[in-house]
Amino acid sequence: MKTGANILIESLAREGVDIIFGYPGGSVLPIYDELYDSSIRHILMRHEQAAIHAADGYARASGRVGVCLATSGPGACNLVTGIATAYMDSVPVVAITGQVPTSMLGNDAFQESDITGITLPVTKHNYLVKDANELAGVVREAFYIAKTGRNGPVLIDLPKDVNTDLVKNPVPAPDIVSLRGYQPTYRGHARQIERAIQLLMEAERPIIYAGGGVIASGASQELVEIAERLLLPVTSTLMGLGCIPCDHPLNLGMLGMHGTEYANFAVTECDFMLAVGVRFDDRVTGKLETFAPHAKIVHIDIDPAEIGKNKPADVPIVGDAKTVLRDILARVSTRDAASPWLQKIDAWKKNHPLRYNDGDGLHPQFIIQQLSDLLAGEGIIVSEVGQNQMWAAQYYCFRHPRQWLSSGGLGTMGYGFPAAIGAHFARPDEQVFDIAGDGSFQMNIQELGTVAHYNIPVRIAILNNMYLGMVRQWQELFYDRRYSYTELPSVDFVKIAQAYGIEGMRVESRDEVRPALQAAIDAEGPFVLDFRIEREENVFPMVPAGAAINEMIGGHQQ
Amino acid sequence: MKAHMLSILVENRAGVLSRVAGLFSRRGFNIESLAVGVCEEPNMSRITVVAYGDDAQIEQVKKQLNKLIDIVKVSDITYRDHVARELALIKVNAETGASRAEIMQIATIFRAKIIDVGTRTVVLEVTGDSEKIDALEKLLRHYGIKELVRTGRIAILRGLKTVKSQKPE
Repeated sequence: MKTGANILIESLAREGVDIIFGYPGGSVLPIYDELYDSSIRHILMRHEQAAIHAADGYARASGRVGVCLATSGPGACNLVTGIATAYMDSVPVVAITGQVPTSMLGNDAFQESDITGITLPVTKHNYLVKDANELAGVVREAFYIAKTGRNGPVLIDLPKDVNTDLVKNPVPAPDIVSLRGYQPTYRGHARQIERAIQLLMEAERPIIYAGGGVIASGASQELVEIAERLLLPVTSTLMGLGCIPCDHPLNLGMLGMHGTEYANFAVTECDFMLAVGVRFDDRVTGKLETFAPHAKIVHIDIDPAEIGKNKPADVPIVGDAKTVLRDILARVSTRDAASPWLQKIDAWKKNHPLRYNDGDGLHPQFIIQQLSDLLAGEGIIVSEVGQNQMWAAQYYCFRHPRQWLSSGGLGTMGYGFPAAIGAHFARPDEQVFDIAGDGSFQMNIQELGTVAHYNIPVRIAILNNMYLGMVRQWQELFYDRRYSYTELPSVDFVKIAQAYGIEGMRVESRDEVRPALQAAIDAEGPFVLDFRIEREENVFPMVPAGAAINEMIGGHQQ
Repeated sequence: MKAHMLSILVENRAGVLSRVAGLFSRRGFNIESLAVGVCEEPNMSRITVVAYGDDAQIEQVKKQLNKLIDIVKVSDITYRDHVARELALIKVNAETGASRAEIMQIATIFRAKIIDVGTRTVVLEVTGDSEKIDALEKLLRHYGIKELVRTGRIAILRGLKTVKSQKPE
């Protein structure tokens, strides 16, 4: 005889789960009772939103499925933003929620919310389990769906009686999951791959446009190999950073709204684009009609719905990035280097580097560069959302996949700090830095309680400008400097940290930056750095929304 | 913009209809009509949706529908050789003997059935394609339609072809 909760925890263990981020409550009491003496570790967060972000950070940093647990009603509802974040960025997460007993479902019972209904548009799939017998099978399916095909979040809603019901002979989970309605395609169509190679070989000005799909499928090595063998410059999206080392001669950095000038120029002039694991997002393409206007486009993606959604592809290839790139590698040897193109790109790189006004005052770009230098481009860098995120993306020299965790699609402020906690548990030996803004940090600042509680060595670098900086930047540029509700009063973050028993340091000048960062790196436990940066520093270059990506503000004269 | 007819084979699970309907609304596609019922395969249902959109939009809807785990097969049968039918129940004023006789005549022409006769109304049952039902409705409006109930359109391919799931490997 087993209870549903018993089956749940056994099933999670069978999926290899070693850690759950959660927050208890009435309807999940039976599950917490099972966790009390389970080998699965549970981290008590200070808010359910943080639990799902931590599970997400764990998943992105490790490539494994992250798991979080919340109670019914408000607990479940607090997960929604984090689930949507994971959905937009295709992160494999399994969220488990408590629910009121089946007999009370639909009665507006205490702490009841229709969480499967609420999360329908933001989950890859979800389940309301009404029979403990089905539980083992559902858990197996949920992990399979989360981690295969285009990864994504799956939610399992468990009414309290399902957790307490005794099951005599529980139906075991199947060894192999077989779903008639879900059969992802991994292998690219051979004839399409041939066509892609043919176009590639004919190209004079080729480019690779790589995204989060490359990271998710573990295809970075193949990508770099193709780039090197065929001399293809690589630009990546925010989600793709780390797929090629930042200092690789073929790397053009990030493209799009805050991309490098040379990446955006190269995309605008290329005659061939190998788009891998990307979705032609508006923050990347700007005005669609002028995005890669001369290019033959080969689009590789595991999700057929992404191909042709925003930009028609000349050669669509549905498949897993790694598998398809391997198939391409198997068929190509070398290519006559289109040297005028590479020379042109090198000239752009030389004449249009990323730059900032490095005058008096504390510049956030400088801080990121110093951190990158001190960590030699290693470690795990998590960001919040806004200016902090863009500066980190532009100035940190990423070398590896799964080193950069950021909410790209949804743009969730408050993501970074809890995600950094998850990342630490995924890879405890790495330095984990959350690059934050004073606005974003205050969205999940309560997690100081969690890092203090477990002595989690996450370092928070707050780029504090006492503004909601990115919104202020838009107000400066497009709303005549009318700073409507974007100014934040000064907060003494060091004192707040101290109140939790956490070390902190305020940094106000350039000379203090390196020693302060070093102190954080050397700390045993969590560390808060409050950098008082130039208040009206902007993120440049910038493509105004809806403009062509080669029309940038704050760039060099061409 | 053209009316497209999608035949969707789904696993017969709780919530599958709201998954399908929700997808249409959140991606900004209008459903003209929708019909759901069990089908020849056990534990499966077939949903027939008529939706407006150009070919590219409908292609995107199909791809998004295919991503739903409970959906086994989506076919756009608009351009394939098919027959489509709707059913309507129409309650019409029939206060006088003369109008009653006329309505019954119209019913005969349209091969509609009178399925209820009251002292002041008759109810007609008619099946056919949309145009036929529209035409009947237009004629009956003259007498005063008290209530009209129409099903969504359902459709089936002609000949040997079927909209079937692929067998799992």
